[in-house]
Amino acid sequence: MDASSTLIEAIGLRKSFGSLEAVRGIDLAVVRGEVLGFLGPNGAGKSTTMRMLTGFLDPDEGTIKIAGVDLATDPLGAKRNFGYLPEGAPAYSEMRVEDFLAFSARARGYRGAEVSRRVDRAVERVHLEPCRGQRIETLSKGYKRRTGIAQALLHDPPVLILDEPTDGLDPNQKFEVRQLVRDLGRDRAIILSTHILEEVEAVCTRAVILHRGRTVFDGTPKELDARVPAHIVHNRLDHIFRTLTAGKDSSKDRHATKQIRGRS
Amino acid sequence: MNEGPPATPSALLRTASVFRREFFAYFSTPIAAVFLVMFVAMAALLAFQAGGLYARGQADLRAFFQWQPWLGLFFMPALGMRLWSDERRSGSIELLMTLPLTTRDMVLGKFLAALAFACVSLALTTPLWITVSWLGNPDHGVIFAGYLASALLFATMLSVSTCISACTRNSVVAFVLGVAACFVLLLTGFPVVLDFFSQWAPKTVIEAVASMSAIVHFNALTRGVFDARDLLYPLSVIIAFLWINAMVLDWRGSR
Ligand SMILES: Nc1ncnc2c1ncn2[C@@H]1O[C@H](COP(=O)(O)OP(=O)(O)OP(=O)(O)O)[C@@H](O)[C@H]1O
Ligand SMILES: [Mg+2]
Repeated sequence: MDASSTLIEAIGLRKSFGSLEAVRGIDLAVVRGEVLGFLGPNGAGKSTTMRMLTGFLDPDEGTIKIAGVDLATDPLGAKRNFGYLPEGAPAYSEMRVEDFLAFSARARGYRGAEVSRRVDRAVERVHLEPCRGQRIETLSKGYKRRTGIAQALLHDPPVLILDEPTDGLDPNQKFEVRQLVRDLGRDRAIILSTHILEEVEAVCTRAVILHRGRTVFDGTPKELDARVPAHIVHNRLDHIFRTLTAGKDSSKDRHATKQIRGRS
Repeated sequence: MNEGPPATPSALLRTASVFRREFFAYFSTPIAAVFLVMFVAMAALLAFQAGGLYARGQADLRAFFQWQPWLGLFFMPALGMRLWSDERRSGSIELLMTLPLTTRDMVLGKFLAALAFACVSLALTTPLWITVSWLGNPDHGVIFAGYLASALLFATMLSVSTCISACTRNSVVAFVLGVAACFVLLLTGFPVVLDFFSQWAPKTVIEAVASMSAIVHFNALTRGVFDARDLLYPLSVIIAFLWINAMVLDWRGSR
């Protein structure tokens, strides 16, 4: 992989909230064509990492480059290159779906007829047509999430950062969004976080498991699966996820990390 | 098919995109109707009843303008309170701050949207102007100065309220603190306060205290006598608070 295809690059990210170290040294490099699944128990630091990657939170330490642009020195240049779905898909609840998308399009520099062309295409892509004139506060959870995804896709960014994009969607919508992500991932770099392990197998080319602010696994879903003892037949990924992240005891935790590092 | 994102637009266009959203946001909730109706009704009521607009038998709008500081005291924090606290509460601030916009674009866009809305409500009181013109022969220059002074006073109050809104996620808290801060801004020019100082303080101190007051400059402007200081005072307060507003946002990070 040549350097120019590294679309997301983060080195040595750290973030503390008071005495709580939420992210403790994370390195990431995602190239074009990769869909990276971000896994980890609640509070592992997935959202915090994504917030740093999108410039919402400033890291205490570490550098971030999006499409080769340093986020700290040229925030606008970096921000135009990604689309972001924040956790819980927040939006301006009193706005209509299409007005909300049009706002995002204008803020990104589209003008005149191009605004509605962009909005139309984004609406089409996530099948929001039935409620494009509806106020966001009256949408069902799934449609609200789709509005957030449409906002992230609007400008055809080379980088997508999606925090739990399929949370709260029904099985049909989950299937559609996964297909969309797979589709988009072909010529983009995508990071998505999820609690659904099957999702990683279904859409991701790479999985990263975080635990207490550190990376405890980084590899392909196949490699993850290979880690599971052969005698386990059901919920194989659940098994490995638990092994990697369940340890309350910190020495055991460190041991598990070391084992993985040794292997890869 | 994949054309990639557009080049980052100019600061003016970025600010305009925020302005546009915020301005129309007032109209997409009952806020606009309630605010405009109440503002005009209160302004007219105070001018006619308490100010004796007709009883004075003079063709001017002094009875109307003298109440503007007191209307602004409650109405401006009401306009400014939701600008940032709502963003924090709903989490939409995460979206706003990850768009390719600078803090200045956002602060200016929001402030100007609130100011534009305040100007709409002022514009809706112009039937009073028409009425006095019809009844008598007012000095239009003075009335125009009165409107300008009101707009400047409102802008000052909005810059303070918006700044306070950036400090909390609770818009009721933002409102109450906003009213308190605007009250202080007005109060320093009042006889109660000035008399207190006049008993012991040197003249320069009294003048300094009086010059801090939004109301002193407001009154000077409404008399239609132009003194650059009466314009410079509100403008510098506005710029100072917008700047503090941006600092608060950058410093609190976005949390
Ligand atoms: N603004 C904040 N102030 C204080 N602590 C915070 C803040 N944001 C996150 N944290 C803490 O940082 C840790 C990591 O949180 P984060 O939201 O990144 O977890 P996550 O991996 O996304 O979890 P989940 O799967 O539940 O979404 C948590 O312990 C959380 O309480
Ligand atoms: Mg999270």
